[in-house]
Amino acid sequence: MTIQEIYDLLKIHFNDDIKEITDISNGDSFITVNPANIFDILQFCRDYETLDFDYLTLISGMDSGENLGVVYHLYSMKFKHSIVIKAFVPKESPNIQSVVYLWRAADWHEREAFDLIGVVFDGHPNLIRILCPYDWEGHPLRKDYVTPQEYHGMKVPY
Amino acid sequence: MGLLNALDNPINADGIILGKVEDLFNWGRAKSNWFLQFGLACCAIEFMAVNASHFDLMRFGNIPRSSPRQADYIVISGTVTLKMAERIKILFEQIPEPRYAISMGSCANSGGPYWQHGYNVLKGIDRVIPIDVYIPGCPPRPEAFEQAVLKLQEKISMEEIFKKRERVAQEDKMLESMLKAEENNFIENVNKHI
Amino acid sequence: MENNLENTTNNNKINIEYSQFDSERMRLNAGPQHPSTHGVLRLEVELDGEIVTDIIPHLGYLHRCFEKHCENSNYNQIVPFVDRLDYVSAINNEFPYVMAVEKLAGIEVSEKVQILRAMCAEINRIANHLLAISAFGLDSGAFTPLLFLFREREFALGILEKLSGARLLYNYFCPGGVRYEIYSDFKKDVKVFIDSVRLAMKEMEDLLIFNDIFIKRTEKIGLLPKEVAINFACSGPVARGSGINFDIRKSAPYSSYDKFDFDIPVVEPGKEVVGVSGDCWSRNWVRVKEIEESCKILEQGITLLPDEGSVTDGIPKKLKVPAGEVYCKAENTKGELGFYLVSNGSDKPERVRARATSFVNLAILPSISKGYMFADLIMILGSIDIVLGEVDR
Repeated sequence: MTIQEIYDLLKIHFNDDIKEITDISNGDSFITVNPANIFDILQFCRDYETLDFDYLTLISGMDSGENLGVVYHLYSMKFKHSIVIKAFVPKESPNIQSVVYLWRAADWHEREAFDLIGVVFDGHPNLIRILCPYDWEGHPLRKDYVTPQEYHGMKVPY
Repeated sequence: MGLLNALDNPINADGIILGKVEDLFNWGRAKSNWFLQFGLACCAIEFMAVNASHFDLMRFGNIPRSSPRQADYIVISGTVTLKMAERIKILFEQIPEPRYAISMGSCANSGGPYWQHGYNVLKGIDRVIPIDVYIPGCPPRPEAFEQAVLKLQEKISMEEIFKKRERVAQEDKMLESMLKAEENNFIENVNKHI
Repeated sequence: MENNLENTTNNNKINIEYSQFDSERMRLNAGPQHPSTHGVLRLEVELDGEIVTDIIPHLGYLHRCFEKHCENSNYNQIVPFVDRLDYVSAINNEFPYVMAVEKLAGIEVSEKVQILRAMCAEINRIANHLLAISAFGLDSGAFTPLLFLFREREFALGILEKLSGARLLYNYFCPGGVRYEIYSDFKKDVKVFIDSVRLAMKEMEDLLIFNDIFIKRTEKIGLLPKEVAINFACSGPVARGSGINFDIRKSAPYSSYDKFDFDIPVVEPGKEVVGVSGDCWSRNWVRVKEIEESCKILEQGITLLPDEGSVTDGIPKKLKVPAGEVYCKAENTKGELGFYLVSNGSDKPERVRARATSFVNLAILPSISKGYMFADLIMILGSIDIVLGEVDR
């Protein structure tokens, strides 16, 4: 299925929650959706017969200035098609529902997005830091991040 | 290497070698260095290659040990992150004295390519533990590592053992008297102000 | 005491509850300094006697801030950082990254470059699998295979060194082509290399792969069912060992892989050689077979690679990447490696996100190793074949 067909199909079932489709000529087009309903949308993508996205390739967080973005790359083993779904959450309350219960692969991806970007995944069974030390402060991949001067007595920036 | 030079000396005929006991000790220590089997990052793969068939580190008397308690030296082979630095310090302290450390690759030397923006990278392992030999390269070639082992042997064989103890004891005494003098000065000053 | 014993035997009062035998759980820490964790992985293991009941992996001991560096470097400067993700198969890492930049910038690459890239990737794949198999043997207690296979690995590194000037981290691919021209004896070297690898693998099958001790250590251990593997998004030999026919070189051919004729070794249920589909032995067996397939690709590459033409001509003087975003994937030695690249039109990317294969594959470890012995846990970890540089980035 092409991305336009998937978009039309999602639009029928989720109406206003599916916002827009952004065409990118030299890359992958993506669909922007409402973050409040992300779990249902992704569950539909996984379970609907002609979509069958059983393979979660990647979840990445990104800092786009005023908002935090969460990007889902899905792939179907059966139909060999893929899709990119984006949801933007405000920086003040960066909460979005976790999809660990749909794909177990989401577990560590979500922990990493929480660690480096600071997106909070509601319903994640064990949302703790994964790459940085457990007592690290701040989320390093945010654009306004300032590297701490010292960590446990070791000087960090030179 | 005083002991081996003595072999070339014609005065010492009939299989008798004249030399210092210190040299004998150092000769033994230098030729049998056991290292801690411990890899960090990319350099660890080259470190493995040094140990394997083509380069064969064991011919230098270097044997891998899995426990720091049995090792003589540690090879910091790769990037040291802030999360890892404290563990490396503990590992190094667990090695019995006299202990040595080789810093392998630019990451361990100074942070390497991760110098500028590495918020989680320690900029040089020598900020945490003392290093004896540095190997440049990213990653260094196995030949470079072999030379580092030879350099370490050279360093060990030139170390003093007996005089060192006397010297350290003397230094300690001097330090103690200096501290005492300073303390007395301080007390005098305080007394003056009172 | 004697009285008590008599009483119980006389009255037949042997009421045993299971909880009486439920021994105390022990927490054991493996790593970050542990020879068998393949780097600086730390595993917090809960043991009941010698049986593993729970595993908590602690990552991040090699977190080198890859994504932060990418945001602060331009597109050509990122290639060395990409090398250092999965440092055992550096060329394979550069592949998807370079493809992603080329797709964004709209650079066409000549056929000679494509074939050369595929050949380099396959040489690197062989080098990686040789290391993986020998390290797996080392985990099971066999030291000799390491010494044997490193001989051939040095050969592979030698060819790549002659091409790129570096032994391990090559910095060879760049958007538009490769950095240096091919040296004159390249085809001859590859031919000799293929022969020696084939010979070594034949030797290795007798020495390690079909060795009784090795089979007993690895068969029917760490079973990974097909559905679980898909749900965990496993790829590469881990997925193919469980019977999933998924290889990006076949399912979505990139570069010049559609020109080559090769098979994807899959251990399907019912067609196993030894053990069952999805166990440690099968995952290792896929790697062994892949070396043979890579040899096939290299053989065809020797005939396909044209002598005329330059491989450095296509490199743009100034790389201009328009705004956009792309996800490019390639079959790394460990599975699907992808780069999600977001460009805002400037000379530096806005976001580079790596789908690190080992990071995804390692996530199955807690699920598939519960209930096995602690020694088996090391085997399972070895059969997944992780590289910590890629896990922690």
